[in-house]
Amino acid sequence: MNPAFSVLIFTTLSGAGYGLLTLVALLRMTDAFPAVRWLGFTSLSLALVLITIGLMASTFHLGHPERAWRALSQWRSSWLSREGVMALVTYMPAGLLWLGWIFWQADNHIMSLLALMSALGAILTVICTGMIYASLKTIPQWHNVWTVPVYLMFALMTGALLCYAISLWFGLPAADGLAVLVLLSLLGAWAVKWSYWQAIDTTPKSSDIRSATGLAAFAEVRLLDPPHTEENFLMKEMGYQVGRKHATKLRRLALLLGGVLPFALTLLAIAAASGPFWIAAVIASLAALSGIAGVFIERWLLFAQAQHKVTLYYGQPTA
Amino acid sequence: MSVVGRNHTKDRPIDTNQKIGDEVKYSTCYMCACRCGIKVHLKDGAIRYIEGNPNHPINKGVLCAKGSAGIMQHYSPARLTKPLLRVGERGAGEFKEIEWDEALQTATMWLSAIRNEDPRKLAFFTGRDQSQALTGWWASQFGTPNYAAHGGFCSVNMASAGLYSIGGSFWEFGQPDWDRTKYLMMFGVAEDHDSNPIKTGLAKVKANGAKFVSINPIKTGYSAIADEWVGLNPGTDGLFILSLVYELLRAGKVDADYLARYTNAPYLVIQDEGAPDHGLFARDEADEILCHDRKSNQLRPCSDPELQPSLTGAVRLPDGRSAVPAFALMAQAYSDPGYAPDAVADRVGIPAEQIRRLAAELAQIAFEEEIVLDQPWTDWRGKRHETMIGRPVSMHAMRGISAHSNGFHTCRAIHLLQVILGSIDCPGGFRYKPPFPRPTPPGPRPAGKLGDVAPNTPLPGPPLGFPMGPEDLLVDDDGQPLRIDKAFSWENPLSNHGMLHMVISNAWRGDPYPVDTLFMYMANMAWNSAMNTADTIKMLTDKNADGEYKIPRLIYSDAYYSETVAYADLVLPDTTYLERWDCISVLDRPICEPEGPADSIRQPVVAPDRDVRPFQEVLLELGARLGLPGMSNDDGSPTYPGGYPDYLINHQRKPGVGSLMGWRGEDGTAKGRGAPNPNQLQKYIDNQCFWQDHLAPDQLYFKHSNQSYLNYAARMGFIDQAQPIVLQIYSEIMQRFRLAAEGHGPHQPPELHRERVKTYFDPLPLWYAPFESACNDEEAYPLYAVTQRPMAMYHSWGSQNAWLRQIHGSNRIYISEGLAKAEGIKEDDWIWVYSRHSRIKAQVRVMMGLNEKTIWTWNAIGKRKGAWNLDRNAGEASKGFLLNHLIDDLLPEQDGGYRYSCSDPVTGQAAWYDLRVRIEKALPHEGAITEPQFPELQKPKGLGQTPAQLRYGAAFQEATGDNGGKLGHKK
Amino acid sequence: MTSLPQNPPAKRLGLVIDLDTCVGCHACVVNCKEWNTGGYPAPLSDLNPYGAAQSGAWLNRVHSFEAVYEDNANAARDGASQSQSRTVHFPKSCLHCQDAACVTVCPTGASYKREEDGIVLVQEDLCIGCGLCSWACPYGAREMDPTGGVMKKCTLCIDRIYNEEIEEAQRQPACVNTCPAKARHFGDLADPDSSVSKLVAERGGMDLMPEMGYRPTNKYLPPRPRRDSYGKQGGANGPLESADPKGGFLGWVDRLLSDD
Ligand SMILES: Nc1nc2c(c(=O)[nH]1)N[C@H]1C(S)=C(S)[C@@H](COP(=O)(O)OP(=O)(O)OC[C@H]3O[C@@H](n4cnc5c(=O)[nH]c(N)nc54)[C@H](O)[C@@H]3O)O[C@H]1N2
Ligand SMILES: Nc1nc2c(c(=O)[nH]1)N[C@H]1C(S)=C(S)[C@@H](COP(=O)(O)OP(=O)(O)OC[C@H]3O[C@@H](n4cnc5c(=O)[nH]c(N)nc54)[C@H](O)[C@@H]3O)O[C@H]1N2
Ligand code: SF4
Ligand code: SF4
Ligand code: SF4
Ligand code: SF4
Ligand code: SF4
Ligand SMILES: [Mo]
Repeated sequence: MNPAFSVLIFTTLSGAGYGLLTLVALLRMTDAFPAVRWLGFTSLSLALVLITIGLMASTFHLGHPERAWRALSQWRSSWLSREGVMALVTYMPAGLLWLGWIFWQADNHIMSLLALMSALGAILTVICTGMIYASLKTIPQWHNVWTVPVYLMFALMTGALLCYAISLWFGLPAADGLAVLVLLSLLGAWAVKWSYWQAIDTTPKSSDIRSATGLAAFAEVRLLDPPHTEENFLMKEMGYQVGRKHATKLRRLALLLGGVLPFALTLLAIAAASGPFWIAAVIASLAALSGIAGVFIERWLLFAQAQHKVTLYYGQPTA
Repeated sequence: MSVVGRNHTKDRPIDTNQKIGDEVKYSTCYMCACRCGIKVHLKDGAIRYIEGNPNHPINKGVLCAKGSAGIMQHYSPARLTKPLLRVGERGAGEFKEIEWDEALQTATMWLSAIRNEDPRKLAFFTGRDQSQALTGWWASQFGTPNYAAHGGFCSVNMASAGLYSIGGSFWEFGQPDWDRTKYLMMFGVAEDHDSNPIKTGLAKVKANGAKFVSINPIKTGYSAIADEWVGLNPGTDGLFILSLVYELLRAGKVDADYLARYTNAPYLVIQDEGAPDHGLFARDEADEILCHDRKSNQLRPCSDPELQPSLTGAVRLPDGRSAVPAFALMAQAYSDPGYAPDAVADRVGIPAEQIRRLAAELAQIAFEEEIVLDQPWTDWRGKRHETMIGRPVSMHAMRGISAHSNGFHTCRAIHLLQVILGSIDCPGGFRYKPPFPRPTPPGPRPAGKLGDVAPNTPLPGPPLGFPMGPEDLLVDDDGQPLRIDKAFSWENPLSNHGMLHMVISNAWRGDPYPVDTLFMYMANMAWNSAMNTADTIKMLTDKNADGEYKIPRLIYSDAYYSETVAYADLVLPDTTYLERWDCISVLDRPICEPEGPADSIRQPVVAPDRDVRPFQEVLLELGARLGLPGMSNDDGSPTYPGGYPDYLINHQRKPGVGSLMGWRGEDGTAKGRGAPNPNQLQKYIDNQCFWQDHLAPDQLYFKHSNQSYLNYAARMGFIDQAQPIVLQIYSEIMQRFRLAAEGHGPHQPPELHRERVKTYFDPLPLWYAPFESACNDEEAYPLYAVTQRPMAMYHSWGSQNAWLRQIHGSNRIYISEGLAKAEGIKEDDWIWVYSRHSRIKAQVRVMMGLNEKTIWTWNAIGKRKGAWNLDRNAGEASKGFLLNHLIDDLLPEQDGGYRYSCSDPVTGQAAWYDLRVRIEKALPHEGAITEPQFPELQKPKGLGQTPAQLRYGAAFQEATGDNGGKLGHKK
Repeated sequence: MTSLPQNPPAKRLGLVIDLDTCVGCHACVVNCKEWNTGGYPAPLSDLNPYGAAQSGAWLNRVHSFEAVYEDNANAARDGASQSQSRTVHFPKSCLHCQDAACVTVCPTGASYKREEDGIVLVQEDLCIGCGLCSWACPYGAREMDPTGGVMKKCTLCIDRIYNEEIEEAQRQPACVNTCPAKARHFGDLADPDSSVSKLVAERGGMDLMPEMGYRPTNKYLPPRPRRDSYGKQGGANGPLESADPKGGFLGWVDRLLSDD
C-alpha cells in the first residue's frame, strides 16, 4: 500500500494525541494530574492539537473535504464512519474537560465523568482507526488480530512518552509512576509490534495469482502485460511495496527510534531526576519525539509492507 | 440524513431513460481498413458516443478499441489546422500558414510544369488510402506511371499469390466459412484488416467446437485462444505447408474430383526441356488448353463439358512431344523426400510428429467429416448437382506470410493446400467475397510502357495492373525499369501494387531517373512505414551541390502532425473521418461479404472547425485546375463543380459503372450497373450509409464454377464474361517469365537479373530461405525479429489518441524465457538489438509463448520526439521504439555488386519480417532510454497547447443533469 | 447491521466473461470509457493525456497472463511444439459482488448495492473520495477519478440496460455490445434458466478469489482444454497411412476420380 504522507501523519499524530488524552484524562480522574490550569491547558491542548492536525490531514486527503461531514452517516456498517463519529463525539467531553480544567479548575464528579468519557472516546476512536485497517480482508497484513492492539499500544506508548515529559516539565510527583508506565508501554508496544511482524512474516499468503484469475487448473500463472503501459490509480495506491532488505533496515530504525532510544532516554531521565528539573524534562521530551518519529516509520512500514490482493493482477504471484 | 439501507431505486432514483444524444448519424469507421459501420450520437453538436451499427454487414454492431476511441481521434490536438508552406529547412518544422487558394495555386504551378514537360517527374504515392479508385485514376489522367498506394509494403504477396492462383485472396477477397468450418488454420495473423469479423468468426469457430490452429511464432491475441499453437521459425511456413502436402500426397488424401473439375491440375504441360514452350500448357489449333480424357483416351480441350480428365500419366501430343497433367508435376515435386516431416522439422523448428499429426487432422476433417448441404446448384457446364459438398477445412493468412521475401510462394503453397483438399469456396472452407473470384489474374495490365507516357497526355490505362508475361513489364528496350519504384521491372515483375517503400531512396538516388515532385498522401514515410528510417530521413533532407534538395519538391496531405509533415514543402491538411464524404467502392477495396456484394460511404457527421479540406476534394480541384481530362470541361470549368459527392454520383468508369453499386439508374432501382442517380447518396444515408445485395442460396458456394453466380457476376460487372475461374495449382504465367530468363522470346531479363528470375519464377510453389537469413551468418545473427499489430492501436496515428495511448504508451522488446535464461537477461533489463545494418536499445519483457529464436515488439508505437503534438517527455519517444531502424531497405551486394531491395523477388513486397538479429545486454550507464533518438521536431503554427487534463463528457451531463450537473440521482 | 440490501436482490445482473475467446483486443475497455465518460459516471477524466505518465479513470481493463499447463512436463505430447503455456487475456471490471465490502466500508453511503438487481453503484454527490472502498475491493474494480476526486466504478451500464430510448436488442452494457469476440455476456445470474446461468453451468464458470468470500456475481469461463494430441475432438487418431502403391506412383489418384 502506498504510504500516503497525510495518512501517516494522521494515524501517528492522532494516535499520540488520543493516547495522551486518555492518560491525561485518567490521571486527572485519579488526581495524579491536579486541577492546575496550565497543566490542563498544556496537556489537553497538546492532545487536542495532535488529534486535530491528524484529523485535518486525513480530511485533506479526501477528494471532497467539503463533504467530509457525510462520512458520519454510515456508522452502522463502516469503521471509517464510526471513527469519524467517535472522533467528533470525543471532542465533546474532551473539549468540556479542557474548558473545565482551565476555567473552573473544578474538581468534581462532572469533571471525572468528562475525563472518563474522554478516555473512553479516545480509546474507542483508536480502536475504530485500527478496525478500519483490520477489517480489510483485502490486506492480510492488516486483517489480523494484531492490528488493533498495535494501534492501541502505540497510541498508549506515544501518549505515555508525552505525558511523562509533561509531568516532568510541571514537576509533578506522578512522573515517577509515569516513567514506569513509559517503560512498560515501550516494552508492551514493541512486543505487540514484534508479534505483529512475526505474524505477517510467517502467515502463509491466502491468495495467489491462480485464484485471482480463476486459472487454478494451471500449474502456474504469471503476468505478461499490465492493462496499460503507465501506472494507474490502483498501482499507485496499492502497488507500493518496500523491498524485504529495505524493510528489515527500516524495522530496525523504527525499533531504534521508537523503542530503544526512548527507553534509554527515559532511563536517563529517571537518572537525571535528581538534577535540575529541566534536564530530565528535555530528555523525556526528546524521548517522546524520538518515539513519535519511530512510530511514524512504523506506520510507514505498516503501509509499505501491506500487500493488497489487487497486486495479484499486477504481477505478484501471491498475496 | 442517514442513507443506510437506501438500496432501493426509489430511494436513489436514476434517470435510466436518458436519451443518448439529440441526433444520430450513420457513417463508416476509418481507424483501419475493416471499415465497420458506425452510428454516431451527437449531443449539442459534440460527439457523445460512437457505436457499431448493428445492421452493418461487416461488424454487425461491434466496434474495436480504435473505433471506440474515435472521439479522441477526431478531437486530437495534433490535427493540422491550415495549409502550410515550408519556410525553414526541411525537417525543422518551420512553416508559414497560407490560404487554400495559395496552396492550390502553388501545387498547380508545380504540377502543371511537370505535366507539360514529363509527367513521370511526378511521383504520386498514397499510403493508408482507401480511395485508390480516385487517386489511381487521377494519376493516370495526369499521365504519370509513378503511382501506387501502400500495398507494396503491406501485403501484395497475399493479393498477388491469391489473384494469380485462385482469383481471390484473404481480407476483402475472401474469408473462412466461419459458420460451417470445422477446422481453421491461421498463418501469421495478429490482427489483419478484417479485424472485427475475424474475432467474431473465431468466436463462432470456438462455439461450434471446430478446431482452431494458429501458426505463428508468437502466442498472443488470436494465437492465444487457438486450440493448438504451432510456434514455428519465421519464414519457414512454406516448408511446413509443403510438408503437409507431402503427407497428404503420401496418403493419397486429395480431392481428386475437385482438382479435375475446378483446377488446372488436369491441364497438360508440355515436357520438352529447352524448347520455348517447355512447361507451358499444350493447346490445340483453337488455342484451347488440352487435357487427357480418360473415358475416350483422347486429348480434349479443357472447356469440353463432357471431359473426364486424367490427373496422371504422360501423354503424347499430336506433335509427338510428351506432356503430363499439371497434377502429376505437382505431385512429383512435393513427393520429394526433402519435404518429408523429418527432413523439414529442424528448419521449421517444430517436431516432425506435429506436422504428421496436423496433416492427418486435415485429411480427417476434409474427407471423413465432409459437410453436405441439401442445396442443388448448377456448375458452369450446366450440370446440376443435388447437394453442395463441403470439405470443412479453412485457412486464413496474412503478413506473417506476406512480409517475407518468400511470401509469394508461401502464400501460393497455402492456396495449393486448400485446393488439393478441395476446400476453396465450399461449405466449411474458404469463401470468396464478391466481386471475387475473378480471372487469374483479373487484368488489366499495367499502363506506363514506353510510348504510354507523354506530356499533357493521360495514360492509356491504370498505372497498376497484372502482367501476364514478360511483354507486360514496364521496362525499356534494355530491360531497365520505367517506373521510379522499379515496379513491374525484371527485379520484381509481379509488383501489382507498386513499391512505395522504394520511392524515396530511388528518387534520392535518381535511379532510374530523378523526379521533380513527390506527392504523398496518408503515408508516414519519414517514420514507421520506412525501412531504414534514419537514412530515409536523411534522403529527404539531402541536397545536391547546387543547394537544391535531391528530391526537389514534396507535397504532402496528412490530417495530423505526423513525423512526415515536417519534411513537406507544401502541406495540404485533410479533414478527419467524421468531417467528409468517402466511398468504400467495389472499384477499390470493397467491403463485400460472401453472402453478397456491398459498399458504403462516409458522410460528414460534423463540420470541420479548422481551415482544412477533404483530400478528395483537393485532388479533384487540382485536377480541374490542371485541366485533367475527366475532371475539367473543355471550357476549363470543373467537371464536378459539386466536388467529391458530385464525383461519387456522376463519375462513370465505364458506362453504367461508377463508384457505388447501390441505387443506380435514374430512378434508383438498378444495382451494379446503371445510369447515375442524383439521389444516390441520400439513398445511402437513408440506408445507414451502406448498400448490400444478397446472393441466392444456389449461388453461395463454388462461385468459381457456379453458373448462376457467374451469370450474376457478369451482370454486375464483376467479371467480363460468365466463364469459370480455373484454380491455378500450376502457374503458366510464372513459367513464361522463367522461359524468358532461360533465353526464350523477345523480352528477356538483363543478365544481372536472369538467374534471379529463373530461380524464383517457378510455376509451382517453392520454398527458399528468406533473403536476410540467406545473406546473414546465422551464427552472428541467430535470432529472428518481427513486429505485431497491437489490436488497440493503428500504426502511427493511435498515439495522438488520449485513450489509446494509455493502453500502448510505449513498447517493450519481447524475448522468450529460454533466450532470457541463456543470455542472463531479466524482465525490465535494457538490451541492444543488432542487425547487420544498425542497432537499437529497448527494454525487455520476458514471455513463455514465444518461439525461442524469435524476438518481437508492437509495431509503430515508438514516436519521434515533438511529433503528434505530444509533450517532449512523452513515453512514446523515450520508452518506445521502432524495429524499422534495424531493417535495411537494400540487401547486401550480390555478386555483380548490385543491391536488390529487401523485397520478394516476384512481387516486390517489402520483407519486413526477414530481419535477423542478435541481442546484447545494455550496460547500466547507457541509461533507461530507447535508442536511436532523433532531434526533437518543432511544432508548426496552428497546433494548440495540449490540455493537462481531459474531462471529456462532463458537459453532456452538466447539460442535462438535474442534480448538481450530474445525471442520475435526482433530488 | 450492514448497508447491503437486507434481502438478497431478486435479480443478480452481471457479466460472464469467456477467457476462451477473449483475444485481448481492448474494445470493451475503450467502448466502456467512451460510453461512460458521457454517461452516468461522467466524466471519466484523464491526466496528462498528451504527456508522460498519462493516466485516467477506466471501469474495465484487460490484463494479459501466461498460464502454464499442469502437464507441462509432458511437453513432447505428440510433438506439440512449445505448448507449455496458454496466453490468457483477462478483462476485469466490477464483479458486483453479493458480499461487497466496498459497500459496507463506505462511510458516506455513496457506495451501495441496488436491491432489485444487485448492481453496485457509487452515488457521486455523496462521495467524499476517501478511497476506502477501493481498498476494500480485492479485484481492483474501483478507480478514483484523477480530476473529480470521486470514486468511479462499473455501473453495469445502468443507463443502457433499462434505457427505453435504446432499441431493445442494444439494451446491453456497452462492453458486451462491442466485444467482437463475443467473449462478454450479460444477464441475470440469479435465474438458473437465463442464458448466462446456462453458460456458466455448461462451461464451468468460476469465481475469482472465491477464498475472499465476496461471492462475485460476474463469472469467468475457463479456457477450453487445448487439443494438440491425437484422439482429440476435431483431430485424428493417428498419422496418415501411406496410399496403396498399387498402380505405381500416384496410382491411387485414378481410384479417387469419379465419373460425372
Ligand atoms: N517494422 C514494421 N514496419 C512496418 C510494418 C510492420 O509490420 N513492421 N507494416 C508496414 C505496413 S503493412 C504498413 S501498411 C505501413 C503503414 O504505415 P503508414 O502507411 O505510414 O501508416 P500510418 O502510420 O497509419 O500513417 C499514415 C499517415 O496517415 C495520416 N492520416 C491519418 N488519417 C488521415 C486522414 O484522414 N487523412 C490524411 N490525409 N491523412 C491521415 C496519419 O497521420 C499518418 O501520418 O507500415 C509498414 N511498416
Ligand atoms: N489494430 C490494428 N489493426 C490493423 C493495423 C494496425 O496497425 N492496428 N494495420 C492494418 C494493416 S496496414 C495491415 S497490413 C494488417 C496486418 O495484419 P496482420 O497480418 O495481422 O499483421 P501483423 O501484425 O504484421 O501480423 C503478423 C503476424 O505474423 C506473425 N509472424 C511473423 N513472421 C511469421 C512467419 O514467418 N510465419 C508465421 N506463421 N507467422 C509469422 C507475427 O507474429 C504476427 O502475429 O493489419 C491491419 N489492421
Ligand atoms: S476494426 Fe475497428 S478501427 Fe477498423 S473499421 Fe472496424 S471499428 Fe474501425
Ligand atoms: S472486447 Fe471482448 S475480446 Fe476484446 S478484450 Fe474485451 S472481452 Fe476480450
Ligand atoms: S468487485 Fe470490488 S467494487 Fe465490485 S462489488 Fe466486488 S468488491 Fe465491490
Ligand atoms: S471513496 Fe466515495 S464511495 Fe468510496 S468509500 Fe469513500 S465515500 Fe464511499
Ligand atoms: S458494464 Fe458498462 S460500465 Fe461495466 S465494464 Fe461494461 S461497459 Fe463498463
Ligand atoms: Mo499494411
